[in-house]
Amino acid sequence: MAAVEIPRDEQAFLEYVQAGGQVETTDWMPDEYRRLLIKFIEMHGNSELMGVLPEREWILRAPTLERKLALTAKVQDEVGHSQLIYRVVEDLGKPREQCLADLVDGKAKFHNVFHYPTKTWGDVGVIAWLVDAAAIISQKALLKCSYAPYARIMKKICWEESFHILHGRDVILAMVTGTPEQFELVQEALNRWWAPLMQFHGNPIPSDEDPMYQWRIKSQGNGEARQQFLDGYVPQIWELGLTVPDSKLRKRDDGVWEFSEPDWDELKHVVTGHGPKTEERLALRRRFLEQEQWVRDVVLAA
Amino acid sequence: MIYEVFRQERRGQPFEHAGSVEAPDADFAEAWAREQYGRRGESVALWLVPRDAIRDVEHWADEFDLKYRRVDGYSIKARLKEARERAGTAGDR
Repeated sequence: MAAVEIPRDEQAFLEYVQAGGQVETTDWMPDEYRRLLIKFIEMHGNSELMGVLPEREWILRAPTLERKLALTAKVQDEVGHSQLIYRVVEDLGKPREQCLADLVDGKAKFHNVFHYPTKTWGDVGVIAWLVDAAAIISQKALLKCSYAPYARIMKKICWEESFHILHGRDVILAMVTGTPEQFELVQEALNRWWAPLMQFHGNPIPSDEDPMYQWRIKSQGNGEARQQFLDGYVPQIWELGLTVPDSKLRKRDDGVWEFSEPDWDELKHVVTGHGPKTEERLALRRRFLEQEQWVRDVVLAA
Repeated sequence: MIYEVFRQERRGQPFEHAGSVEAPDADFAEAWAREQYGRRGESVALWLVPRDAIRDVEHWADEFDLKYRRVDGYSIKARLKEARERAGTAGDR
């Protein structure tokens, strides 16, 4: 069979990706598609890199040696994901050094959930279980991304995230079967994280108006991802006797979840660099970037 | 230099393209590829190939549309039906 030709015309290219066509690094692509890919994938890379900081804070305070090792492995995985992802961004034309510089200068975004503090070990469990669950829903939808090199690394990323969710669920199960105080730590963490979790998948703009969906960088809309999250995880939360802090939350007879409208102003405020921990975590990144400059210099001089 | 990484999941399986690493030389490329594509036992072997060494073959001439060489070149449904009717075996299945 003749190979599929990537159309060298913006409209025809759009139709090609909308019909399920995939694109490789060396293929022609419209500038707008490249720009959106870089924006989306870079944000994902930043989120993996910044996402380890809330958990890193707990490595030295993990309750047992096994938990310490598992948490360290998870942190190692997430940093590894950011390395894979930045490599894809580099191939699209934006160097890794530039991504890191924009990140520490506050010019680039990362996911809302990584701007918040981790107050107790309960938060660590909720992050590994529910934040990773929300993230894997978005990432599984990226397995069908029209940009094939990104879709390919997503296979490995999803595989590793599955272990993170199980690790998180195990942490939560240990605590909810422990003392009343431990149970309470989980409930309090859930109360803190519920609002950011509901904001995580973004404003419910119709997928046809979402440029990331139009170019099939994403394969599902924000509202759809949020429904999938609720459907998969609310029953798992309830069965442990935990309370979701939203009195309007319920599943309708037609299977659609109803919930209180997430605070979109908070989401915007936080991802534009005004979260409770944004400045502190960027400062840590900045410090390490400068401190380890000599390593990059030595390697590049090799 | 950019090295494309191919990974093999189990002995006997094909090597599949997994991603790429950027490294100043093959030894660094190996160190990073081990870290990024093998540290959790997800690969039994890796191939690292400098991107520049890959010869990309993409365009396939098919001027004569030689469908008789492929499965989709044959549509036997109607003829099979007719043959079964002639043989009187159409009701057997």
